[in-house]
Amino acid sequence: MEKIKYPRIGETVRWHKLKNGLPVCFVPRKGFARKYALFAIRYGGMDLRFELDGQWLDTPAGIAHYLEHKMFDTAEGNALQELAQNGAEPNAFTSNAITVYYFDSTEKFLENLKILLSFVSVPYFTDESVAKEQGIIGQEIGMIEDNPEWVVYKHLMQALYEKSPARVSVAGSVESISHITAQTLYDCHKAFYVPANMCLVIVGDVDEQQVLSLAEEVLPKESGSVIARDYGEEETLAPHEKEVRCAMEVAMPTFLAGFKCPPAPEGQERMRNNILGELACDVLLGDSSPLFARLYAEGLINGSFDSSYDLLPGVAYVGVGGDSKDPMQVVQAILDEAQRLVRDGIDEDYFQRILRANFGTALKSLNSFEAIAVSMAEGCFAGYDPYRFPEVYDSITKQDLVDFIRDNMVAERMAVSIIDPKEEEQNACND
Amino acid sequence: MEYTRREIMQDVFLTYLPAKKFKTSYLSAQFITPLCAETASANALLPAVLHRGTVRCPDMEQLSAAMDRLYGAQIDYTVRKKGERQCVGFVASAIDDAFVPRGERLLEPTAQLLGELLLDPVTRGGRFLSEYVESEKTNLIDAIRSVRNDKRDWADLRLMQEMCAGEAYGVRRLGDEDSAKKINNRKLYQHSQELMSSSRLELYYCGSADERRVTDALLHAFAALPRGVVEPLPEMRLYDAPSQPRFITETMDVTQGKLAMGFRCASRDVPAMIMANLLFGGSSNSKLFLNVREKLSLCYYASSSYARSKGILTVSSGIETKDYDRALEEILRQLRAVQEGEWEDWEIPGARSTILSSLAALPDGQGAMENWFLGQNATGQTETPEELAAQLAEVTPQRIRAAAQTIELDTVYFLKGKEAE
Repeated sequence: MEKIKYPRIGETVRWHKLKNGLPVCFVPRKGFARKYALFAIRYGGMDLRFELDGQWLDTPAGIAHYLEHKMFDTAEGNALQELAQNGAEPNAFTSNAITVYYFDSTEKFLENLKILLSFVSVPYFTDESVAKEQGIIGQEIGMIEDNPEWVVYKHLMQALYEKSPARVSVAGSVESISHITAQTLYDCHKAFYVPANMCLVIVGDVDEQQVLSLAEEVLPKESGSVIARDYGEEETLAPHEKEVRCAMEVAMPTFLAGFKCPPAPEGQERMRNNILGELACDVLLGDSSPLFARLYAEGLINGSFDSSYDLLPGVAYVGVGGDSKDPMQVVQAILDEAQRLVRDGIDEDYFQRILRANFGTALKSLNSFEAIAVSMAEGCFAGYDPYRFPEVYDSITKQDLVDFIRDNMVAERMAVSIIDPKEEEQNACND
Repeated sequence: MEYTRREIMQDVFLTYLPAKKFKTSYLSAQFITPLCAETASANALLPAVLHRGTVRCPDMEQLSAAMDRLYGAQIDYTVRKKGERQCVGFVASAIDDAFVPRGERLLEPTAQLLGELLLDPVTRGGRFLSEYVESEKTNLIDAIRSVRNDKRDWADLRLMQEMCAGEAYGVRRLGDEDSAKKINNRKLYQHSQELMSSSRLELYYCGSADERRVTDALLHAFAALPRGVVEPLPEMRLYDAPSQPRFITETMDVTQGKLAMGFRCASRDVPAMIMANLLFGGSSNSKLFLNVREKLSLCYYASSSYARSKGILTVSSGIETKDYDRALEEILRQLRAVQEGEWEDWEIPGARSTILSSLAALPDGQGAMENWFLGQNATGQTETPEELAAQLAEVTPQRIRAAAQTIELDTVYFLKGKEAE
């Protein structure tokens, strides 16, 4: 057992490793009624090509997400229902790199945990139930394809990346999921849903010994192996396409610009890279920035304007966008401001304020059990400790941020995705 | 849950929710006013304009800088609809003083900033800055229009507009585009003075500071609050369903159709109605979720919600256009099942367990607590989450049936795709 104290943020965390190798993390929360358990698998929408028993397999887009939907089926019925009957609020999501199953409950925590650990470990698919899910997921795909926020993002990823599976939608397409069978699902489960590839995080006021005993009892004894994945040839840092534009029923144009960045390292350096990129975005584009104030006052952006630095397996990018009556003008303003900042430097008082603000935001996120659990799982998979953020903030200099902006926020790295309001003759986004 | 509610100034109430378990302290100031078509847009515009600058921090950059200096204190304006009340104001959240380096205190300056945003806006010639008014007017109109982007929200809104056309409840949270366009600076400024002096002000604090310190900080911050006569709010009426339900269909370029159904519920047994709604479509174990979604794959989502203060229940579902008739039939069949008491042994305990769990978890979130008490205070209800939980624990199957039997279909709104199969 490893117990770590973080006095600067008033936290204590305890890590255990089960006999089968599964890492289990406890984040105690005295005084809260709710208890939260999250079971994470290092398997997401981008893990389409992997090695199992010496063979490389290619799987259809959307499979990790499909698997997530089907995991709730058990020989006894449906785990989602079982958990809900116990008053728990269960849910799951699949992202580019991970799948998580979690529940929140105020009572019957151990009973619910047993259900969670069982249904995730024991796959149960029939051809009939797999076929039925095609309809439901097909509808989910239809629903997100009606969402301009989703479409503008999907088009950006396809514009930035030629080969990386980052360009593929996590849910796949109606066509790609039609190739999924019960056998494919069993194979993927067998490969990835093993202790060597998973992590359990518990947040709340729980009896740790009881949780550990339960986990030892319910989970498989074998640890499985760490799976090798192939994310394709390394991308150059130039975008595949510079601009993608289409029309949907929106009230005003919406856009998302992306800047390709070098992929981030693993380990504690990854966390530093992530924080650095986020700080650079905040300094250049955040709602305290001179750029934001000017563009907002000119009516070129509104409260929807936002930016982020995202790390995915093998790739990284800055995304920035929102609603605007003239997206290309905003994009040019961003490029100009990046150049100006590199030339003039960052005001010291402004820099200190941004550090304070980001530290405060990071601390605030510790109010959220879900945010804590997801970041602990991600840190476990990537080899860093998310609670070391105060030290990371201390280590970042103005020059670090200027370097990041100078190297990455340039036209040569940039693609722009735009959605315009529909007029009769334009090509629809769903064609 | 430990809490107190005291009148600290004339028609100004502080709800104090002590808690040491959060990383943040939470403050909220909300004016409670009747929701009506004539004032809704002006009320929605006002906090957005106020948020643009104060006398001390006259523009967004300076306001942002002040908040960043307070370790990223966040102050956002809010416009909420609770029953037939519009609640406008600000919510503020700052990291708890326990975590601030060098023992700096954040409660007092955050409360101060909150007070200044409401009471000390930057003005010129006795009015707001016209560039702020014009710019926020544009944003408000865009926001009013943009509900079209989320087709589910749009369908739910269209249902409300059609079903509650003659009622205050049919007024949108942000008002309407035409009213918003007619707002001018001078009228808005006058309106703000009137709103503040004639409306009840509800203040909320949740955090580790003691009550005396919080009261002092807020009394100091709101010392300049104008106080005139605060009229009691108009009573909210329940309406009957029409003798024949109305069916409305509209078309938009969507891949997935959106179905929104509105029902009137005459029952005043609110805990029983809450249970009936849960069984029908209020959870992932409900009849709508299990039957319309899981068993029949007719939709990706199907849920219901119940607005207590108006006795209105609504169903929201995403379906393929071609499945309209089947889905409608199935949803009504599930309602009849609740009305006839057709449920398996696990359904009622499951629904009860879900709601009791969520009520027990309310004190785990500062925003959730503030939103609860605001909802109660605005609509004249007084139960704490614990009291409602106790009422729900007592509800019998007979009461659920009786309440469900008062549910009558009022209006069906369907948004279908252009290529109807």
